Amino acid sequence: MRELTYLAAIREAQIEEMTSDDTVILMGQDIRANLYGTGSFLDMFSEERIRDLPTSETACVGAAVGAAMTGLRPVVDMGSASFSFVALDQFISEVSKIHYMSAGQLKVPVTYRIPLMYNGGVGVQHSDRPYPMFMQMPGLKLICPTTPSDAKAMMKAAIRDDDPVIVFEDTYNWSSRGPVADPPASAPIGTAAIAREGDDVTVVGIGRTVAFALAAAGELADSGVSAEVIDLRSLAPIDWDTIFGSVEKTGRLVVADAAVSTCSAASEIAATVAEHRFEALRAPVRRVTSLPVHSPYTPALERAIYPDAGKITAAVLSVAKQASHGN
Amino acid sequence: MARMQSPTDAVRSMVGMWRQMLRIRRFDEAATRLLRSGQMPGVLHLTTGQEAVVAGSSAAMGPDDLLIGTHRNHGYPVARGGDLGPLMAEVLGKATGVCQGRGGEMHLIDPSVGAFFSSAILGSGLPVAVGTALASQVQRSGRVTLATFGDGASNEGAVHESMNLAAIWKLPIVFLCENNGYAVTVPASYAVSVRDIADRAAAYSMPGTVADGSDPVAVREAVQTARDRASAGQGPSLVEAKTYRTVDHAENLPSQPYRPEEEVESWRKRDPLTSFRGRLLQDGVAAGELDKIEQEVGEEVAAAVKFASDSPFPEPTALWEHMYADQSLNRPAASLSWP
Repeated sequence: MRELTYLAAIREAQIEEMTSDDTVILMGQDIRANLYGTGSFLDMFSEERIRDLPTSETACVGAAVGAAMTGLRPVVDMGSASFSFVALDQFISEVSKIHYMSAGQLKVPVTYRIPLMYNGGVGVQHSDRPYPMFMQMPGLKLICPTTPSDAKAMMKAAIRDDDPVIVFEDTYNWSSRGPVADPPASAPIGTAAIAREGDDVTVVGIGRTVAFALAAAGELADSGVSAEVIDLRSLAPIDWDTIFGSVEKTGRLVVADAAVSTCSAASEIAATVAEHRFEALRAPVRRVTSLPVHSPYTPALERAIYPDAGKITAAVLSVAKQASHGN
Repeated sequence: MARMQSPTDAVRSMVGMWRQMLRIRRFDEAATRLLRSGQMPGVLHLTTGQEAVVAGSSAAMGPDDLLIGTHRNHGYPVARGGDLGPLMAEVLGKATGVCQGRGGEMHLIDPSVGAFFSSAILGSGLPVAVGTALASQVQRSGRVTLATFGDGASNEGAVHESMNLAAIWKLPIVFLCENNGYAVTVPASYAVSVRDIADRAAAYSMPGTVADGSDPVAVREAVQTARDRASAGQGPSLVEAKTYRTVDHAENLPSQPYRPEEEVESWRKRDPLTSFRGRLLQDGVAAGELDKIEQEVGEEVAAAVKFASDSPFPEPTALWEHMYADQSLNRPAASLSWP
């Protein structure tokens, strides 16, 4: 099967949707000059539909909402997750709430691409992983595909969705290659994927921690521990059925999440499983998250704060060795 | 739409604006009575004293134009001709409200008459308004967006980003600053760096004009000129209407005194409804006709109050509705139970 990089898959999704629907427009800082590698698109579409943005994140995030309310389907490239903070009021007060406060009279079919650029020496103010903050805003759909095939399928679904969708792209995955069928395999928003089947421990990964979890699962198999790896890929809504089903089988859960530990996505998953499937658990739930510190510039310190395959392996082993708490 | 009118048509359209001013005033008075008698929750942001700005600017808008407003938005859906019953029901949080009780008095809109949306975070609606204008430009729809904000919001970064973006893209939008002199309790004379907020238009290479916000004709003329410019593809304009709210920032939100009582009194004496009625009489409108309008508006508002009061609240099961356009998500996940 044909292989694409993750970023090429995102590009293809945008081209296909722009070709089939002339209400789709692209907006972003530096998109005409293709600063981040998704492509400039100017050779294919009019300048009117490829909008370079001034450095005014608040106005631009809001302008996409207004355009979406009146017939366009904008796709906004936010450049880096940390820049989304500048426009946070628009995300919270407008993007997530307009449909609700108008009792459904206004629809907001807008897509925001928010790349996560951490563990790359870009410093404390460019390395944030803020998706848990966005999970606090009902009304948004939040996805984080990790394979090129899912990236294409979910990006296309996001553009076609009548609700606002934020696509968190872990830039670690941007250059990864993988098979992409035409059309890509179905990956509906709101579903998780079982990336590797196993029996002893469930490991839920988000973004690049899925790759780390898969690497850990390979090592653990050599030690006789069978880990099931779930690629969460949709942060809102979360596919509880897939997570619960896996935990009912394995009785053990590790959640790997590069967000800061406090109120992370991992926290929500751990709490919800403890609340709703306590009787299935044979060991405490473990979170493998970032330490609650800033991301320092120097690689000598930065690497230590994030989840990696070794930390996931250690967490899995620690719960795999635990006897059942209940019997 | 006041251009090229015969003298008679001009007077007729002025009578029309006066009717809208009256509808706004009586609507707000009725809502205040409902608040004081305990029939509605929260607070009320009244348009009292600012009706001429709303009626004048609304009269300048085309039938397909869009208004993006603020927390003080009661007047716009009314002046655009919205049905008062569902508007009053929204204020009371009823199921029959124009937004089924989801928006409430700070988000009083009626998209069906072009009072499209309002944001109650200061300045936050302007980026959205730039977006509706962007869609008009891309779709060549001819629609102009009217975006209102106050003197307080004029100091928000979102306002300045929005004006710049609208200017570089030459978008069909009119920025209307309703300068009522106070951001809640803080005077514009203290908090705003310029005497006329309209002067800030120069920073974005667009025209900035000041209009007398007590005179609906002056406001209509200024907004009409700006609308014509937007409609001709020449980009945005800023109109500053100098006005005054003769009531507090919000009913049910008491504060220490923050403005001289003589100042409030002097504006009350120049009440725009009274002065504009006087002008209509001078222009030859019969007092009997205006009395009849008073009576009609009174009956219309009374019927709206009755409709709103008699309407049911939303059922508890309506809680999850309208969270998403995707109906499958408008209920708790089947695998979770919420206490």
